[in-house]
Amino acid sequence: MSGTGAGRRVLLQGNEAIVEGALAAGCRLFAGYPITPASEISELMSLRLPAVAGTFIQMEDEIASIGAVIGASLAGVKSLTATSGPGFSLMQENLGFACMAEVPCVIVNVMRGGASTGLPTSPAQGDVMQARWGTHGDHPIIVLAVSSVADSFEITVHAFNLAEKYRVPVIILSDEVVAHTRETFVLPGPDQVEVVDRMRPSVPPQWYKPYADNSRGVPAMAAMGDGYRHHVTGLIHDESGFPTQRGDEINALVRRQFRKITNGFFEIQMTRSFMMEGAQVAVIAYGSVARSAKRAVRMAREQGIDAGLLQLVTLFPFPRKDVDQVLRQCKAVIVPEMNMGQISREVKRVNRRCRIITYNRVDGQLITPEEIFEELGG
Amino acid sequence: MKENRYEIRIGGSGGQGVILMAVILAEAVGVYGGQFVCQTQSYGPEARGGKSKAEVVVSGTEIDYPKVIQMDLFLAMNQPSLDAYFYDFKPNGLLLVDSTFVEQIPTSRVIAIPFTRIARQEFKQEMVANMVALGALGHLCPQVRVEHLREALLARVPPHTRALNGDAFAAGLAAAQGVDLAALPHSIVSEEQGDEV
Repeated sequence: MSGTGAGRRVLLQGNEAIVEGALAAGCRLFAGYPITPASEISELMSLRLPAVAGTFIQMEDEIASIGAVIGASLAGVKSLTATSGPGFSLMQENLGFACMAEVPCVIVNVMRGGASTGLPTSPAQGDVMQARWGTHGDHPIIVLAVSSVADSFEITVHAFNLAEKYRVPVIILSDEVVAHTRETFVLPGPDQVEVVDRMRPSVPPQWYKPYADNSRGVPAMAAMGDGYRHHVTGLIHDESGFPTQRGDEINALVRRQFRKITNGFFEIQMTRSFMMEGAQVAVIAYGSVARSAKRAVRMAREQGIDAGLLQLVTLFPFPRKDVDQVLRQCKAVIVPEMNMGQISREVKRVNRRCRIITYNRVDGQLITPEEIFEELGG
Repeated sequence: MKENRYEIRIGGSGGQGVILMAVILAEAVGVYGGQFVCQTQSYGPEARGGKSKAEVVVSGTEIDYPKVIQMDLFLAMNQPSLDAYFYDFKPNGLLLVDSTFVEQIPTSRVIAIPFTRIARQEFKQEMVANMVALGALGHLCPQVRVEHLREALLARVPPHTRALNGDAFAAGLAAAQGVDLAALPHSIVSEEQGDEV
């Protein structure tokens, strides 16, 4: 098991790296319900949290899990839950509450084959659109995808930082391959990790308006129990947090919730370019498939094919600016996914004239480099 | 592609401990040996039984694709896993089998050692067959040093089982040291040609 000090080279699973990343980011509560292939996150959290005076709760189900996470966050504690497809479905209702009440929290979904109980031990990427639109109503949300052990650490830290900065739930999409692959990793020390905390109110309690607009569109957040009495609801509310039916207040709230994410777009949009210089054909990939794509691109370059890779770390808000640049540069773009084409449709929405090739695999196996290489013309 | 990628697969039945073997091997190579390593696995939803495989990819450079592409070394702990996972064996690869359970062998580049029988006879516990096999692997896999593997093993297993696991490891190592590697036939396909197949 890991439970190890910083600066040491350790062998970690993706799931274990998520735990280490969460703890480094200041997460002090985990509430969850075990499910393959996410259980190791629960397991390790139950060992690690008590040692840092944190709270671990195994809940009765996933609905209660995210409920506890939202409650803890309202009380000022950075919180995490982790699940897989079936549990993520159960979380959707409360996820909407977190969006509406603007409660920062991080939800990890380690994707497995679906729908329903599907393929518990096999990888897939079928929950991309669910992560974006699974809960009802118009709502902004941030979705990030991890592809390695190092990613699982770093992106988890980042997920907490974005959640805190923008007061929004952040979803981390992992998959069975990333979650269970063990790689060596040197755990950074606490002083090497940038940690962002939510803005707390600077006004006296009687002046505090929990949902008051400001230039960033992110209201200061008081912790329950701090003396700043306020109301939190899933109903559309005014600045004081109480339900409203007034059109101007409804409009202001919904638009502010979108504006805060739009304002931060360039910070939130994270992608990685690999061999994109002079590329005529590119792969756009995310998660474990991005690893296969990287190899495919190297294979293609060795054959004299001008290939490149754009790896998407942020899936939503969709990184359309970076994607657009690739689409302008290349003649053709391949979007390999372990689903029937969820991100490829987003790529097509950005597209103007580039040829988009969707490559799908849904048999519970990771797409291989050879498959992508062939699509690249190898 | 030109790179020093070395790929190991371990196949067996769920519960035989193939994933633990792979984890210890990866730790020995990656943490103690300082090389890049990726350890993956695939198994069914059963708690016991069913086919189980674990893989370790070793490289001097960062590893992109984490799974095995073509095996350099394949350790098969039983016949069904050998049949199922032999397909991407490299020309000049090395097959290691538990001859207690494996009867049909698809290549002459094979080393057969009765890991489970050794575990049964010497330690009265079939459970340590995986550690016997790991000892043999330590001798036969050029990517890992025996002392790293032993250290990683002793750090991973529960303290009260250290002596038993350490002895099982030593027994496997001794069994493999008795094998004449030079006597193994070479593949008719050369290493370079093999890459193109």
